[in-house]
Amino acid sequence: MDPITTVEGRAYPLGRKNVDTDVIIPAHYLKTITRAGLGRGAFETIRAEPGNVFDDPDYAGAPILIAGDNFGCGSSREHAAWALGDMGVKAVIAPSFSDIFSGNAFKNGIVTVVLPQEAVDRLLEVAKDHPITVDLESRTVTTPFQDRFVFEIDPFRRDCLMQGLDEIGLTLARDAAISAYEARIAGERPWLAAKAG
Amino acid sequence: MNAPRTLYEKIWDAHVVERRDDGTCLIFIDRHLVHEVTSPQAFEGLRVAGRRVRRPDLTLAVPDHNLPTTPRVDAAGHRLPIADAESAQQLAALERNAPEFGIRYIDATAPEQGIVHVVGPEQGFSLPGATIVCGDSHTSCHGGLGALAFGIGTSEVEHVLATQTLLLSPSKTMEVRVDGTLGFGVSPKDVVLAIIGRIGAAGGTGHVIEYTGSVFRDMSVEGRLTVSNMSIEGGARAGLVAPDETTFAYLKGRPMAPAGQDWDAAVAWWRTLATDPGARYDKVVVLDAADIAPSLTWGTSPEDVVPITGVVPDPESFADPSKQEAARKSLAYMGLTPGTRMQDVAVENIFIGSCTNSRIEDLRAAAAVARGRRVASNVRQALIVPGSGLVKRQAEAEGLDRIFIEAGFQWREPGCSMCLAMNPDKVPSGERCASTSNRNFVGRQGPGARTHLLSPAMAAAAAVTGRLTDVRDLVGGSA
Ligand code: SF4
Repeated sequence: MDPITTVEGRAYPLGRKNVDTDVIIPAHYLKTITRAGLGRGAFETIRAEPGNVFDDPDYAGAPILIAGDNFGCGSSREHAAWALGDMGVKAVIAPSFSDIFSGNAFKNGIVTVVLPQEAVDRLLEVAKDHPITVDLESRTVTTPFQDRFVFEIDPFRRDCLMQGLDEIGLTLARDAAISAYEARIAGERPWLAAKAG
Repeated sequence: MNAPRTLYEKIWDAHVVERRDDGTCLIFIDRHLVHEVTSPQAFEGLRVAGRRVRRPDLTLAVPDHNLPTTPRVDAAGHRLPIADAESAQQLAALERNAPEFGIRYIDATAPEQGIVHVVGPEQGFSLPGATIVCGDSHTSCHGGLGALAFGIGTSEVEHVLATQTLLLSPSKTMEVRVDGTLGFGVSPKDVVLAIIGRIGAAGGTGHVIEYTGSVFRDMSVEGRLTVSNMSIEGGARAGLVAPDETTFAYLKGRPMAPAGQDWDAAVAWWRTLATDPGARYDKVVVLDAADIAPSLTWGTSPEDVVPITGVVPDPESFADPSKQEAARKSLAYMGLTPGTRMQDVAVENIFIGSCTNSRIEDLRAAAAVARGRRVASNVRQALIVPGSGLVKRQAEAEGLDRIFIEAGFQWREPGCSMCLAMNPDKVPSGERCASTSNRNFVGRQGPGARTHLLSPAMAAAAAVTGRLTDVRDLVGGSA
């Protein structure tokens, strides 16, 4: 994964609540067996609406998306994160995210920024005509107008994002601990070993 | 003396491999279910990195989402090809990956094949107190057995394949207590719809729900699986029902469940898992069973719940302006006018299936309504899709297939089917479907499809009248 410190540029001012994963990427795009190329199916139902932000040339290629509460609710499909990544989105700002989506986003190097609704409303306003900046180092979202919103982010996630770390590699390095756990459980709960069936 | 703990906390503690300073834990995963849609990129990742599957013995693969529900073999027993090239390719990828990585695989034509969340409990692969994951959000289903079960994304699938662990932060806990006795015609589906209607689609975010109270104690395992299945629709990543004698009776003798001395040891441990008296939940929600009616959804969020005796709500009636806006959009999409009686809404499609409601009890409930009746003439398709080959066989042994076929339903092969329309089973654009599945999102059952979520008995009632119907009016009895 590419290390990421700052995401700067235009932001799609979507603003809607409960944008579910079927809206982010409809099920008929899930038949792919690779990760690339899903951007073309992203937000298909919204793109069918005249005047939608995704087809507005002002925001073409924007690296940031601003949405309402509960962004990414619904299915666990990581395709939603892949589709956003394929569109070039590197940060999503919303008052809340579904747990699964924010995990998937993180694993694909997309920053999910949780800010209070008032801050999101202000950013939606600014984003219509101006760029905004998400900075992981200072944990802030800033605008050209002195707005400065500080956000919380899990320190481990922040480190991984900023250093571009591979989580599987990190866990494989804990092999001895995993083996010790397996050995202990084989003694305590031997029936957990799956039967052939 | 240890502090009293909840069921969730006990399962969590029993699976901690390592605890980090920031509170996140490396959690061991006891059971990993794999299907064809969310796994190809995970196997691809392993292959690229030269990694193997750490515990193939704890992993079980079965295809379900893409499979057509029409016959899969011809008269001579030869497998029929899948017409859709992309679906065929996803299935082929799983068929290649499972043997390559040494994973047990239930073939598309095996009698045990079915929806991954029906197969796991049915085979006794899913067990109480276990950590269970699958690249599918409705993994929450297995919590009906008292397992900590949740959906994961494909990167996490790859992580579990490679390490048999996940790095997780503990969730908050929410108790949803429902005491009392359910009224006539009120099913587990109605209970979970009522819960989601109460807490909202984001109400459980960050929480694991434990369902407590007499309603769940008295409920069958099938019903508990239905309720826990839809925990994710209330925003919770997982749901739990404490394992008890009902759970043990359900699991005993299942092919992959422990047997003999192992069984006794397992039950002894499972009995220790129930939430201790005095343990605290972060949130508590209480519903009275007597207040729950046969229910259904009117909009495009699972929180849009109304009793069948109710009317389409007026968007202005919601306090929150963004909910008003969402309701206006929902009603436009659904083609509904505020104030319309739900029972006056005609339906053209019926879907009885999905991991929420495709187990044998669900089919029995639907058959009880369909028996001796006919699917209404305005209904264009009425599908019954059993959750697994074993459910299908059981239903056929009980003669349920004949009841459905005589009534004019189609009796199909197991799979996800019209729940998400990845296979050829779709609701045509602009048409309405009474569906026992779990999601009424825009386009979920096909582009432009209008979904009403309800119970199997209510879906059967809608099929025979051609409109949304109070099942209690058909089968008699009092509310
Ligand atoms: S039946 Fe529907 S909800 Fe269940 S696993 Fe299949 S697609 Fe997902």
